Amino acid sequence: MAPDRETLHAALVERHGAARQAKFDAAHVAVCGLGGLGSNIAVALARAGVGHLHLIDFDRVEPSNLNRQQYAAAQVGLAKAEALKANIAAINPYCEVTAEAVRITEENVAVLLSGDDIICEAFDRAEEKAMLVSSALAAYPDKPVVAASGMAGLESANRISTVRVSKRLYVCGDRTADVADGLGLYGARVLVCAAHQATMILRLIDGSEEP
Amino acid sequence: MLRINGKEQDVAGQALADYLSSVGYNAARVVVEINEAIVPRDRYAGTILRDGDVVEIVCFMGGG
Repeated sequence: MAPDRETLHAALVERHGAARQAKFDAAHVAVCGLGGLGSNIAVALARAGVGHLHLIDFDRVEPSNLNRQQYAAAQVGLAKAEALKANIAAINPYCEVTAEAVRITEENVAVLLSGDDIICEAFDRAEEKAMLVSSALAAYPDKPVVAASGMAGLESANRISTVRVSKRLYVCGDRTADVADGLGLYGARVLVCAAHQATMILRLIDGSEEP
Repeated sequence: MLRINGKEQDVAGQALADYLSSVGYNAARVVVEINEAIVPRDRYAGTILRDGDVVEIVCFMGGG
């Protein structure tokens, strides 16, 4: 039996403080891509009590996702957006989740993300990452974008950091490791990068612009 | 002279697309800002680098 809304909210306020939790409650975050980065980022934000999550991915859960993504084996074959919405509802039933199983393109970015305060790039392919970051920064003159580059392989987790590239663009990762070089993807190291992104998003919601 | 990713470069007059390919960037994997404004992806060929520009290029790695 899940605790009621007031009980869960009081627990969040106890951990985070009332003023900061009020900012988390009101925040709208778009998570673009629900793989190793996005599914873990979304869960971290839901656990922190971020009030509104916009989860976007056209893909379905595959067996090869289970080493690093927040899905259960029994969810293989389901749309990631819907599966993650269900998993978040089990963790924090009072987080408002909008799940969309659509492909993000240069053409639909300007409409798709218009209701979100912060845009999180959590794609897998480098070309898709560049497309989303470039078109989101161009379409929305005020929204910060938190992206990821370089988390493949098993080099030290200490190489992963958060860099503020420009006024509104943050990039988390080691910025050099490419999955195309056959490095593989390991849940633990992808999680470090996802945690950097989630932390930066919480800092932005709280009003801190520095990494 | 202009500043690209924090380093002085003597490439004024060159098109952004030519600069990107000359240093080995895959244009489909980069995000470019010049003087804090994003350069739309279809304008790399028509954007000429100028003296005093401050350019930031992020080249994305795959994986997620």
